[in-house]
Amino acid sequence: MERIPILKIGDHLLVSIQVDMHDRLALALQDDLTERIVKHHARGVLIDISALELVDSFIGRMLGNIAAMSRVLDAQTVVVGMRPAVAITLVELGISLPGVKTALNVEKGIELLRGAIQTQKPGDGSHQQL
Amino acid sequence: MAATSNSEIVEVRSGDDVVVVRQKVRDWAVTLGFRLVDQTRLVTAASELARNTLQYGGGGTATIEALSNGVKKGLRLTFEDKGPGIPDIGLALTDGYTTGGGLGLGLSGARRLCSEFEIVSRVGEGTRVTVARWT
Repeated sequence: MERIPILKIGDHLLVSIQVDMHDRLALALQDDLTERIVKHHARGVLIDISALELVDSFIGRMLGNIAAMSRVLDAQTVVVGMRPAVAITLVELGISLPGVKTALNVEKGIELLRGAIQTQKPGDGSHQQL
Repeated sequence: MAATSNSEIVEVRSGDDVVVVRQKVRDWAVTLGFRLVDQTRLVTAASELARNTLQYGGGGTATIEALSNGVKKGLRLTFEDKGPGIPDIGLALTDGYTTGGGLGLGLSGARRLCSEFEIVSRVGEGTRVTVARWT
């Protein structure tokens, strides 16, 4: 079955979605990422959606799920590279990606992940608002 | 008066067909000269409605029609299924209401993304949702 590749770079996992995703592929990515976070003890997940021409409610839900699942596995998720037209449409659709951190591009996303991991104190009970 | 000048029918029987519908709607929207944000609105609405046709209607068809009123061009999308129908359309159009475990934004979101929206549903017979946007 077709899979979206997940790259490991240090403490982080990097996913770049380059295809028009059907629903099964989105669900497979969700499962694969969760497994890889645990397997590699990843602290950060960076999802590049700059090639995506649409984010509908299904893909939006998937991004939210990935962020929530990585959070309970002690990893941070950042979604980067959303196209302006996609952002407008997503908000009009009624999705604001609650609990999902975003950055404009991969570079800023990695900065955000590094910062978030460094400033995270052990036992820090702060949670992102859902 | 809007006169139909051209149309295409796409079967919606699988998740892959939903992707096909998205791609066809994108192609039509580009051809008709919709700006990028409107292309994205149309494609996203099509994705939501095609998924509904598949998930709740058990499959059906998507009809893509190019419109023209002499001044502007338009795109009309009609999703039809012969599924169980929707008993309470008002409820189905409520943000956050779902019977399928989703976000409950498909129908209400698609309505917000298009300038024209019509839904006809009869319990036991099926559902037809029509949306349109103009350039």
